[in-house]
Amino acid sequence: MTIDPGTEPQARAEPGGPTEPTAEEPLPAATEIPLETRADTLGAYVRRWWQGVRAGELGALPIVVGLIVIGIVFGTLDDTFFTERNFTNLLLQMAHIATIAIGVVFVLLIGEIDLSVAFVSAVGGVTMTLLLRPDASDWPWWAAVTVGVVVTTLIGLLQALVITKAGVPSFVVTLAGLLIWSGVVLIMTTEYSTSGTIRIQDDTVIGIANDFLSDAAGWVVGAVAVAAYALSQALTARSRRARGLDAKPGIVIVLQVVGLAAVAFAAIWYANRDRGVPQVTVLVLLLFVFWSFVASRTRFGRHVYAVGGSAEAARRAGINVDRVRIAVFMIAGFMAGLGGIILASRLRSVATNTGGGNLLLQVIAAAVIGGTSLFGGRGRVVSALLGAVVIIAIDNGMGLLNLATGTRFVITGLVLLAAVLVDALSKRRRAARGVV
Amino acid sequence: MTDSPLLECEGVSKAFGAVQALYRVDFEVNAGEVMALVGDNGAGKSTLVKCIVGIYPFDEGKVRFQGEPVDIHGPRDAARLGIEVVYQDLALADNLDVTANMFLGRERTRSGFVLDEPSMEHAAEETLEGLSVTTLGSVRQTVAGLSGGQRQAVAVAKSVMWNSKMLILDEPTAALGVAQTRQVLDLVRRLADRDLGVVVISHNLHDVFEVADRITVLRLGQRVAVLERAETTQEEVVHAITAGTLDHVPGMADAGVTES
Repeated sequence: MTIDPGTEPQARAEPGGPTEPTAEEPLPAATEIPLETRADTLGAYVRRWWQGVRAGELGALPIVVGLIVIGIVFGTLDDTFFTERNFTNLLLQMAHIATIAIGVVFVLLIGEIDLSVAFVSAVGGVTMTLLLRPDASDWPWWAAVTVGVVVTTLIGLLQALVITKAGVPSFVVTLAGLLIWSGVVLIMTTEYSTSGTIRIQDDTVIGIANDFLSDAAGWVVGAVAVAAYALSQALTARSRRARGLDAKPGIVIVLQVVGLAAVAFAAIWYANRDRGVPQVTVLVLLLFVFWSFVASRTRFGRHVYAVGGSAEAARRAGINVDRVRIAVFMIAGFMAGLGGIILASRLRSVATNTGGGNLLLQVIAAAVIGGTSLFGGRGRVVSALLGAVVIIAIDNGMGLLNLATGTRFVITGLVLLAAVLVDALSKRRRAARGVV
Repeated sequence: MTDSPLLECEGVSKAFGAVQALYRVDFEVNAGEVMALVGDNGAGKSTLVKCIVGIYPFDEGKVRFQGEPVDIHGPRDAARLGIEVVYQDLALADNLDVTANMFLGRERTRSGFVLDEPSMEHAAEETLEGLSVTTLGSVRQTVAGLSGGQRQAVAVAKSVMWNSKMLILDEPTAALGVAQTRQVLDLVRRLADRDLGVVVISHNLHDVFEVADRITVLRLGQRVAVLERAETTQEEVVHAITAGTLDHVPGMADAGVTES
C-alpha cells in the first residue's frame, strides 16, 4: 500500500542506463501494481475489494446501487410495490428471464451473441404444449417437457454448426434464427388452434411456475441452502490453507454466511406471509448453482472464459475452440427451452405472440445489467439472476404505475443502455490501468 | 555440456513457391546455452523456428534432437520432445489469472472435470519461484494487469512448466522498456543455467550481446555466420547480417526468378 505506482518503475529503470527510449512510459501504473496480494484479514480483504472497484472491477456493485434506486422510486410512487403479494409475484415473473439469461451469460462469455433465444424459448414452450394436448397426443408431462428442451438444444446445435463451420458471425446467424423461429412459433400455434392460443391442461406442468412451497418446506430449503454455502466456503478455505495458499479470512466467511442467511430468511419470511416460496424459485436457484459450478469450477468453464478472453490463446493451448462454442450455444438453447416451459407454465398457455415483445431485450439486458461483459470473457452466472431481478422489478413497478407500453419500452431500453455504458466505461477504466 | 548438441539441424531447406526461405541451413543449440538467432527481416528466422516445431515441414535436411533423428509434425510433437516456443504475442488470455494461463489446456482436475485450483496455484507459485520471478504480486492476478515483462515471464514459466528441454523465444524484449528488458534477459540466463537450450530471436543486438553465448546469423535464408559472443563484436555481427557471404545467390539458380 505504501508503494507509489507512479515513481517506482522509473527508479528501477535508471541503473540500466538510457540504452533506448522506451515507448511504454505512458502506462507507468501498469507496472508492478501494488495490489493487496494476500488478504488474510478483514481489513485487507475490504481494501483489496475497494482497489478492484476503483480499477473498474465493479462486480455486483452497480446492481446493488440500481436495486436501491428502483426500490426508492417505485416504493414512493406506488404503495403496492413492497407488499408480500407483489414480492412473490416478482419471484414468479423473474423465473423465466433468469433461466434464459443464464444461457445468454455463457454465450456472452465466449464473446458471441444469441438473438434467437426468445423465440427458441417459445419453440420449446409451444412444442411441449402441443405434445400435452389431451385431445391429441396427450403425452405424459415429463416426456413433453423433455422433448421441448431437446428440441431447443438441437436448435442451439444447429445454429452453432453454421456459426463455427461456415464462419458466419453469430450475430447474423441468430438474427436469421430470430425470424425463423418466430415464424415456426406462428406456424405451430395457428396450425393447431383457431384462436392462436393453446391452453395447458396438465396440472404438473402448470404447477411448475404456479405452485408454492409450504411454509415449513420454505424454511427447510433456506436452511439447507445457507448450510451448503457455509460448508463449501469453509472447505475451500481449509483446503487452500492446507497448501499454504492465502484463503478468505474466517471472519469474512462468517459475515458472508450471516448476510446470506439474513437475506434468505427475510425473503422466505416475507414470501410465507403471502402464498409461500414459489417452487420455480427453487428450480431457478438449483439451475444457478449448477451452472455457476460449471462455469467457475470445471475445466469446461475455464475453457469458456479462455475462448472469450483470447480464442487464439485457447487454440494454441490445445483447446478445441469450436467444440466449446458449440457446447455454449447448446447450453443457451437448453436454458431457453427451460425458460420457455417455465413461461408457458406460468401463463398456462402459449400463443402466437409467445417469445415476442420485449423478451429478447429483457434476457440480454438481464445478463448485461448483472455485470456480464458484451466484450467476452468477463462475467458470472449470478449476473443472470441479479439482472433478472432488476429487469423484472422495473417492469413490475412500471406495470403497477400503469405506464403506457411505449413508455415502458423506452425506460427499459434506457436501463439497458445505462448497463452497457457502465460495462464500457469500466472496461475503459481497466484499460487505463492496464487491466484490459 | 554433452557430446551431441541438444538440437541439430543439418542442411535444412524450405521454399514457399519460388521463394527460397531457407537454403541448406545448419543450426544447432546445446543444452545450457543461449543461442541468438539474428538476421534482417525476411532472413528466415521465423521460418526456421516454425519448421523446427513442425508448423511447416522442411523440404530437405535432417533434424536431430539429443542426438536422435526426429520427425516433428507439429507443435504437439515438439512439445512431446520438450521443445516449446514463446511467440511474440505470448498467447495469454488477458481475462484469466496467472495460474489459469499457465495451466490453460492442461488443467489439473479432481475426478476428471472439477478443477483442482489449490494444486495448480501451488505449482504455479513454485515454478515462478524456481525461475526467480519475484515481481509478480499474486498468481491469482489477471494477466491483463501485468506489465510487458511480467507477461513475458508468465509465458516463459508456462512453457518451462512442462519439463521442456528447449525454449525458443521470439523477440522477447521487442515491446519492453529498459527495466523489463533487464528482467527478461536475466530470466533467459537463468533458463540456460538450468540446462535448457534457449534460442532467442532478436533484432536488438544490444540484448543479444547481453545474454547470448553464441550467435547464428541468417541472411536471405542462409546461415552466414556462427559467432562466439566473447570473440566477436557488434560490428562483425552487423556486417554478417547485411553483407555476409552467401553460398548460393537467390534467384540465380531458379528459373524465371530474378532479384535486382
